[in-house]
Amino acid sequence: MTDVAIELNGVGKMYPFFSLSNIDLQVPQGQIMGLIGPNGAGKSTTIRILMGLVHQDCGDVQVLGHRMPAEQVAAKWDIGFVSEDMRLYDSMTLGWHMSFVQSIYVRWDAAYAQLLLRRFGLRAEQKIKGVSHGQRVKATLLLALARKPKLLVLDEPTTGLDPVARHEILRELTDVMADEGRSVLFSSHNTQDVEQISDTITFIDRGRIIDSMDKEVYLDRWRRLRLEVPWGVTLPALPGIIGVKQDGRLAVATANAFVPDLANAYESSGARVHSIENMTLEEIFVANVEHSREEVEA
Amino acid sequence: MSGAFAISQSDKRPMYLQIMEQIKQRISVGDWTEGQSIPSIRQLAVDLQVSVITVKRAYLELEREGVIVTQQGKGSHVASTPGLGARLREQELKRHLEQASRIAALLGLRPTELEERLREAGDRISEKETI
Repeated sequence: MTDVAIELNGVGKMYPFFSLSNIDLQVPQGQIMGLIGPNGAGKSTTIRILMGLVHQDCGDVQVLGHRMPAEQVAAKWDIGFVSEDMRLYDSMTLGWHMSFVQSIYVRWDAAYAQLLLRRFGLRAEQKIKGVSHGQRVKATLLLALARKPKLLVLDEPTTGLDPVARHEILRELTDVMADEGRSVLFSSHNTQDVEQISDTITFIDRGRIIDSMDKEVYLDRWRRLRLEVPWGVTLPALPGIIGVKQDGRLAVATANAFVPDLANAYESSGARVHSIENMTLEEIFVANVEHSREEVEA
Repeated sequence: MSGAFAISQSDKRPMYLQIMEQIKQRISVGDWTEGQSIPSIRQLAVDLQVSVITVKRAYLELEREGVIVTQQGKGSHVASTPGLGARLREQELKRHLEQASRIAALLGLRPTELEERLREAGDRISEKETI
């Protein structure tokens, strides 16, 4: 597990109205990394840089041991890339696309491709022109998966899909993980998907990485504490608490570095801790973006 | 073997706790017996469609509690502790009793009143079973 699939060090890219700065990122082999962040945060730019499609202004990018963008041709043999703007030929059938990709990539697994056709409910004789958005996404994913790439890079693979199609795709991604030598990086707005299947989470907002770590450690650091504050008691400012909302005698404190001592500290200040709750990634997402923006503005 | 696991996103508890609980249930009802080998971390992750890191955490905590044993390169199995299933059921009972005591305290019930309520609950259940 010491092998690294993707490594970015100090990567930056300036645009007139947006800049990506100081991006450090590491995806170990055999893991799924979920990239989350609001619209326009820099997720797609980051993905484009590591695919060699956009050239960084500064910093080092290594993918499967290849320096990017210089060695992108060699790297791409082993990378399966799926994004919204990938074009298939409208007038051709899915079967035509499958033979085309098969003719280029020697590792194409025809039996697996047939299995995916069935699992995804697709037909090889379908022309791309007539298919729905969901089927088109599944078709591009099929073309990437059947090549058995060592690394899958997916830009918003589940956006705009119905729940059944989403689950079909998540199932294929977790199936890939049965093989320890393969890795996945995917970006998503859907925090549920990221919470469910990723081993590490990277959080991007306004062109910067806010957090990047083991998902279990990450979820464990965040807690919501429900407090009762008697008259005359003022809640102390505690490290690890990023926000307190108080309404009358009830207050809710949000912790991003929770330790049990925080609850003890509130108790000894005279407040009562009613409950300590886990937070979903969705709740953490919103709290984290609000908090990091307050810090920037302060 | 892991077909009946159900990880729920509407369940407020973290996924690793849900996995731990469902493994304990399997042991406590006797589906998984002492010393029996269980799916590898990676295999269970694939079956449940959750991340490897989440299953790994559940297994680590279960190991710490002495419920399962993981051997490098050999996979994991249920601990060979005699009476493990009974011990897990005992733990579950204890947890429910503590929960009931907490609620009773909030309602201001005296211990004797709680005892009385518990007897009544037992009566209701045995009535249902005889019908």
